[in-house]
Amino acid sequence: MNPRIVLVIAQLTIREISRRRILWVLTILSLVSVALVGWGVSRLVGLSRENDVNAYELEIGVSQILILIAFMFSFVLAMSAAFLAAPAIASDVETGTVLAMLARPMHRADLVVGRWLGLGIIVAAYAAGSGLLAIGVVRFISDYSPPSTAVALGFLAFQAVAVMTAALALGTRLPGIAAGAVTVVLFGLGWFTGVLGSLSNAFGVKSLAGLGDVFRLLFPTDGLWRGVIYGLEPSQVVVATEQGGRVAQSNPFFADAPPPMAFIVWCVVWVVLVLALGAWLFRRREL
Amino acid sequence: MTESAIETRGLRKAYGSTIALESLDLRVGPGEVVGLLGPNGAGKTTSVKLLLGLARKSGGEGTVLGRPLGDRGARARIGYLPELFRYQAWLTANEVLRLHAGLAGLPWPQQAGEFDRVLGLVGLADRRTDRVGGFSKGMQQRLGLAVALLGDPALVILDEPTSALDPVGRDDVRAIIRHAQSRGTAVLLNSHLLGEVERLCDRAVIVNKGRVVASGTLEELLGESAVRLRVTGLPDDRTPLAAFGPLADEDGWLVIRPVDPERVPDIVATAVAMGGRVHAVDPGRMTLEELFLDVIRGPAPGDRP
Repeated sequence: MNPRIVLVIAQLTIREISRRRILWVLTILSLVSVALVGWGVSRLVGLSRENDVNAYELEIGVSQILILIAFMFSFVLAMSAAFLAAPAIASDVETGTVLAMLARPMHRADLVVGRWLGLGIIVAAYAAGSGLLAIGVVRFISDYSPPSTAVALGFLAFQAVAVMTAALALGTRLPGIAAGAVTVVLFGLGWFTGVLGSLSNAFGVKSLAGLGDVFRLLFPTDGLWRGVIYGLEPSQVVVATEQGGRVAQSNPFFADAPPPMAFIVWCVVWVVLVLALGAWLFRRREL
Repeated sequence: MTESAIETRGLRKAYGSTIALESLDLRVGPGEVVGLLGPNGAGKTTSVKLLLGLARKSGGEGTVLGRPLGDRGARARIGYLPELFRYQAWLTANEVLRLHAGLAGLPWPQQAGEFDRVLGLVGLADRRTDRVGGFSKGMQQRLGLAVALLGDPALVILDEPTSALDPVGRDDVRAIIRHAQSRGTAVLLNSHLLGEVERLCDRAVIVNKGRVVASGTLEELLGESAVRLRVTGLPDDRTPLAAFGPLADEDGWLVIRPVDPERVPDIVATAVAMGGRVHAVDPGRMTLEELFLDVIRGPAPGDRP
């Protein structure tokens, strides 16, 4: 691999996305969404105060709304990451652009890693920027700020990078639209098996809980999503839910602990492995 | 001995049970312009991809600029214009060149001067800051040529470089290829426009069904030159004309074969001076198109020898 060429491709990718309408459309939609969130939270705060809701109850209410917003945002982010990354190499192959580039003295892996780096910077910056803006607006309106904003945004960005990596790797062999669709299905399945796993734990169904754990290793986005929840959750919610027993803890919008360090390390290894698989598939591909 | 720009022996490529290239024997000498011809599906594009390392060979052997096929060191000295390509529409012409200069490892201080040179060569100097998305097909092809010539490569592989160009553009491309050749660049030209190949190439290689079916210099392939005259009113004694070469009558034409093509105007002047009335003059050599059709289809009945 040639770091100089990886940087050239990463720069090209950032320039490409910033010149396409998609990033600006997403940015405008995000700003509109944040404005709507601000309006909704301000209405909630106003109505709560009118109805003598105390500050403790209000804080819990706002925190739950913020988690719900983060969930929807993580879904939109995953879709965006998948559909930005899936055609990144697939469309270069379809248009023949890749032939002119790969005839230069470069490895095919340089193209895959360069694309990943450029997309990773965009996706992580977008996740962190939009998330920070939403949290900032909620804090400004309600005085509530989550206990670990950095942890929440870090896991949100990591989740988006994981989705992007899978879409990019699939796009080295599949047409862009197919790679994007498969990634979105895997993301949805990950969330579904995560919820199923939580419920199975609550009801003591070990085989189903095991299925959730296995899928979380194969496609770790749901595990990372638990990190986002943990970062957004006030300690009162953790205490109250733990007192509520296993059924209360099976709530898919609750996390009693951050993802373990071993899982985080696995996620880093997973990203590297999936990227390496994408590079290997692309190297084997006949152009 | 000077190293060949391209040298392959029995190069083969199969996609599963489909054989795209059966056996390619090809040699392009340094500074030589060689045309690679063949009908659609003959294996030309597969050959080019194998030479550039874009596809893996199934058999045979080859070198490009003295290095194994696909070698990155060799690829740093090759310029390539793909056939069906689109550059990134959202980049300007200058940015496309900067991208390829970066990929090719062209030193930064040399880049600006090199961009001026190649954009000037292809006639796009005043469009350097325009987005490629707004370019016509012909302009994109000119830009592709500029990209291929970037960094003064030792070998340029051009896949249909004039297919989207008007006659003026084609003439420009011929001049550009001759200019590259004068700088010692070897050129492999893949074109369906046989007239282009005939005008430009030192040698031609015709492939069909994955095999080389004819190759050689144009003189070797097309045979000796001749001139055919449709002329009336000549005296019986045609000795002045016989001085240019052996005479023959063929289907009402007076044929002189072999003949020095440079002397055709003198032959016409002599015929007129002898009292003849010249109705038509036809260079008697087989055209590359006729040879191509003969090789691919077999000689048609009634074709002239």
